[in-house]
Amino acid sequence: MPPLAQRNLFHDKVRLTVTLTGIVFAVVLIVVELGLFFGFTVTTSNLIDHAGADLWITSPKVPYVEMGVPFSERKLNQIRAVPGVGDAQKLVAQWTQWKLHDGSQESVQIVGANPDSPLGRPWNLVEGRAEDLKDPDAVILDEIYKQKLGVSRVGEVFEVRGHRARVVGFTRGIRSFTTSPYVFSTFKHGQDFTGMREDQTTYILVKAAPGADLKQVRRGILSQVRNVDVYTTTEFSHMTRFYWMFTTGAGVAVLIAAVLGLVVGFVVVAQTIYATTMDHVREFGTLKAMGAPNSYVYKVIMKQAGISAVIGYVLGMIVSVFVVHASQKGGAAILMPMPMAVGMFFVTLTMCVGAALVSINKVMRIDPAMVFKG
Amino acid sequence: MKPAIAVRQLTKAYAEGSAGTLALSGVDLDVHAGELLMLVGPSGSGKTTLLSIMGCILTATSGSVRLAGREVSTLREKELPAIRLEHVGFVFQGFNLFPTLTAGENVELMLDLKKVPAAKAKKRAHELLDQIGIGDKYDAFPSDLSGGQKQRVAIARALAGDPGIILADEPTAALDSHTGRNVMKQMTELAHRRGRAVVIVTHDSRVLDFADRIVKIEDGTIAAGSLPAIAQMPNKLPIHDRPVYGMAGARLEVTL
Repeated sequence: MPPLAQRNLFHDKVRLTVTLTGIVFAVVLIVVELGLFFGFTVTTSNLIDHAGADLWITSPKVPYVEMGVPFSERKLNQIRAVPGVGDAQKLVAQWTQWKLHDGSQESVQIVGANPDSPLGRPWNLVEGRAEDLKDPDAVILDEIYKQKLGVSRVGEVFEVRGHRARVVGFTRGIRSFTTSPYVFSTFKHGQDFTGMREDQTTYILVKAAPGADLKQVRRGILSQVRNVDVYTTTEFSHMTRFYWMFTTGAGVAVLIAAVLGLVVGFVVVAQTIYATTMDHVREFGTLKAMGAPNSYVYKVIMKQAGISAVIGYVLGMIVSVFVVHASQKGGAAILMPMPMAVGMFFVTLTMCVGAALVSINKVMRIDPAMVFKG
Repeated sequence: MKPAIAVRQLTKAYAEGSAGTLALSGVDLDVHAGELLMLVGPSGSGKTTLLSIMGCILTATSGSVRLAGREVSTLREKELPAIRLEHVGFVFQGFNLFPTLTAGENVELMLDLKKVPAAKAKKRAHELLDQIGIGDKYDAFPSDLSGGQKQRVAIARALAGDPGIILADEPTAALDSHTGRNVMKQMTELAHRRGRAVVIVTHDSRVLDFADRIVKIEDGTIAAGSLPAIAQMPNKLPIHDRPVYGMAGARLEVTL
């Protein structure tokens, strides 16, 4: 087949630029909106997903991680006694106030755990070590929030709820979904920073023993420890995500933006593909007059759409990668996991082919007699 | 010998609001292989409608159209492209070349529609352009060709499918007199040497002397009372000896 589809696309550079710009715009728009949605979703449960626990023991009816209600730390020993429990550690996760050098205050979320255990420790450290938390008054926070909390370097001392807090390290990419950054400390310091009673904890994190049946461990804890709820990490993560994304409406807004991005993207692509097809409508009329069956014309239009989709996707993803990369330094992360990047190809292809179908409908109604009109 | 095109009692009505417009009424016409027939008449008389129906681009309201002996007026719309592809080659006033394809590729496209393998199609396209005198323009895009060259490419494309019938709508209208006559020589050759039935709709009085037969259409009918349009006509009569049907006399006095 003579390369009619390719030539139709590449012959008019201005039209090609307009078409590809439309597709690239749509791809980037969808990636950004969906990426924000995924970014927000992942951020809400960041702490749970990285705590390294299999089970989370909470006070009854805790809806999400930030809403933990303190309970007696004596339950820790009861839990450790349950068969199948490999490790169990207390975790304090509570809001408190961080005082900056200029006297102003910022709300932060203290995450206090045993630095000798892998459960509940800070991750992605770019300066300092988790073990440094054992130093007196030590705290670790994320580099994204340096400016917000007035921190410029390791070693600086601040005041948290009347207690000294000395910065001993920085993490990277540990965002909080709320406006309050996470500040990591030991469990003991965490109690001090949040004013929690010494015999209380917000959570108990459990790591099952190797080979233990998690369901059985969970049943064991529920039967032997009263007045607690037990969630798997996945369950608690989903509960927290669902709360922030849907109960508060924050996620719904982002999701609506993502859907709108998809719709706007589709409309932009549909418009550009339609215009590209309509530019060649007389030629399609000629093809039909020459005796080309509809399937032949379909093939040409679909090929045009397919080529546009592939080029638009590649260019769109290049731009998107830059946008995603740039967002990592900001407060709102745009995530583009591999399945989403791959899925975007099919979304782009679907948009282009869908748009082509709209124009095909128009082309199929062309009266081939149009070829006789001058 | 059966005519390449046989039209009988052809009527075409267009719906226009609650009223209808009769574009063609009771047209009878035969066109034979090896004959170059010109359809003349004022604008809106129905010439192009008749050409479109003969080319299976439009369907008739009533009447019969036979192409190469096959009745096509009863076929469904989706069956018509195959008939066009097999029997009819078109040459258009505006050339209707694909501007993004080279001259050679324009010809190859027709061969591709007929499922000729790419290598054969390329060879055949070269041959056709050579035959029509523009073999050196194979790689030229239509925008780089003169009007006459474009029309020759269009003729080569029409021939590529090896159709028995060539239908041309004002093929010289966009060309200067000299180029128009050259194109008409090509069209005449198609009829006389290659045995195609060639029907040309034209307003161009400069090229009427190329016609074997001239049929005048007026108000949707073949003008005048007799039906010589279905007679077999000699090809080689001098222009002034060729009859013009639809006129009062036999002498050619066509006012276009």
